[in-house]
Amino acid sequence: MATRSMIDQAKKRTDIRKAITPYTYLVPAFLVMSIITFYPLIYQIIISFTDFQTKDLLMGLASPGLNQIGFQNYVDILTGGLPVQNFEFFRVLTYNLWWAITNVALHVPTGIVIAVLLNTQGLWFKRIYRSLYILPVVVPPLVVATVWRNIFDEQYGAMNQFLTSASMLFGSADPVRIRWLEDFTPPIPWLLPNGPLTLAYYAMMIANFWLGWPFMTLVATGALQSIPKDLYEAASIDGASFFQQFRNITVPLLRPAMIPAAIYGFVLSFNLFNFVYFMTAGGPARSTEILVTFAYDLVRNLRLFGAAAAFSVIILFVAFIIFLITNRLTRATENVAE
Amino acid sequence: MTTYTELKKSNNPVIRFLTMNTSREVGGNALPLWRQLLLQIVCLIIAAGVLFPIMYIVTLSFSSKETRPSSLELFPKEISLVAYQQVLDRPTANPVTFFELLRNSFTLSFGVGLVALLIAVLAAYAFSRFKFKVREVLMILVFVPLLMPAIGLSTPLYLLMNSFRIADCGQGAIAVVPFANCAAGSKVIFNLRDSLYGVGIAMVATALPFAIWNLKGYLDTIPRELEEAAAIDGADANQIFFQIVLPLALPQLAVTFFLGFIGHWQEFALPWLFLTKPESYTLSMTLYNMTGQYANSIPWNRFAAMAVIVALPVAIIYIALQKQIVSGLTSGSVKG
Repeated sequence: MATRSMIDQAKKRTDIRKAITPYTYLVPAFLVMSIITFYPLIYQIIISFTDFQTKDLLMGLASPGLNQIGFQNYVDILTGGLPVQNFEFFRVLTYNLWWAITNVALHVPTGIVIAVLLNTQGLWFKRIYRSLYILPVVVPPLVVATVWRNIFDEQYGAMNQFLTSASMLFGSADPVRIRWLEDFTPPIPWLLPNGPLTLAYYAMMIANFWLGWPFMTLVATGALQSIPKDLYEAASIDGASFFQQFRNITVPLLRPAMIPAAIYGFVLSFNLFNFVYFMTAGGPARSTEILVTFAYDLVRNLRLFGAAAAFSVIILFVAFIIFLITNRLTRATENVAE
Repeated sequence: MTTYTELKKSNNPVIRFLTMNTSREVGGNALPLWRQLLLQIVCLIIAAGVLFPIMYIVTLSFSSKETRPSSLELFPKEISLVAYQQVLDRPTANPVTFFELLRNSFTLSFGVGLVALLIAVLAAYAFSRFKFKVREVLMILVFVPLLMPAIGLSTPLYLLMNSFRIADCGQGAIAVVPFANCAAGSKVIFNLRDSLYGVGIAMVATALPFAIWNLKGYLDTIPRELEEAAAIDGADANQIFFQIVLPLALPQLAVTFFLGFIGHWQEFALPWLFLTKPESYTLSMTLYNMTGQYANSIPWNRFAAMAVIVALPVAIIYIALQKQIVSGLTSGSVKG
């Protein structure tokens, strides 16, 4: 009997060890995240209820002049009470969502079409095109944004110079002087009427399009290569046209790979700080401001730390809702093995 | 309307030429010459679009003219390295050499990438191989840094890092704040916030979600037969991880590290907020200095040279490892 209970005990011990194992593997990640994400996040929430200013940076929450002001920061942000010009929360939020959605809506289909094009059997110079098309992924977005900013320069930029040469072909002698990044009049006023889409938005869409589709082509190419070729052979024997094959074989089989990529692209565009900040810094008149660049502006230039904290909490809230929706759609956190 | 097969049998030599199959691959759809040429034109147009800004900036960087370009040039008329030389000699108005900037950028990106990778692979293993309580909740928590970029947390991070200092109290005494502090009149000799270490620590959190997600996706695709066999032979979870899973995941580790590296290489917001000493500035901060409100005094050829220099290290590694990176990215995402 004694041996029996000893075996039981030993078994219990290994059971406990087994139960603990996954957590030990997670300790480093959560330790780091507690210190640099969750602790600051809680701190940020506390700050968001105060009128934290530059002078409080030295002492932090222990600072003597710090006042609890309740939800005032949140109210100010949502109702436009911040001492900031051209800022209205819901306009920026709408623009931010629109920016992320239109980017993904452009990048994913283009990425797929070009991947299919490159996947054409017997296409000449396939390898050369593939390595050329990958270049935009290689260049750091920060460099891309600065370069495109120069390209869209009113006087010396390559875009206006290109348009000038093009218009000369049609007999026009005047140099094209489009104020890409400064003009405030929306060219298509009925499009998203509450968040005026200035020319700068279109300029950024062009630049970010250049940056974005190659990544989608990469993902789509990988997925295309895993589609068995005999499916297409069978379809063409049955007389299916190219477009029928595309619609009924390619698209459904690409979907599992493209949806996570699209959502990754969406979250990325939603918080695309470096690119937006370097290209327009939110201008003109905050028309291309996204939530993150505005939060940065609140800290860096306006020094409204309390309002910035409240703003960050709001961003997290919005992003978390988006994440939960997309997570439900893709089940990214589910265990595939189950 | 004549069908393709009818055309193929045509006696007209032009039509026969245009419809000859140019696909050398046996089986599958044929690719007639006219369609091949059409696709080539489309491909060339796309290539021109991709190359346009690259040619533009490279041409600009090889120019010796300090004035702004008056007309569009996409092919260098001269190969002058003046701009590169100037940038390498004196990258900013501050007293910092180019190699210090490069070293700082490299140390920061490499260090953050490596630390994040080591932490992430452990977490990815746990998420991929074990079932445990609150697994779903923890997986969602891992994504929080992606939803709340470090910029959004800059104030508390600033305060947190700022509270770790080493102060020289005089008379040979040194105090490590916050564990000890000098009585009075101390001189700060090290401030975590004002150093690359502080910035690096703050950046690790942002790097984790992508690394964990990408590695978990890959680990999910590794068949478990090996591990099961090892478990039958009596190996415990740790042995399985270090002796079987880790070696198998090595290529993917390299890819994840590199993708993180690109992101850290261009990180600019946090260093910009935290660092005050020019000798710890990074390359991307320098590039920012050359645009925007400060740009008017800087000749475009110098800016172009700097842009090429910042992009080059990443581009070279990427092109060299292209095949592995592509398969690494897709294996992580090809799953429902």
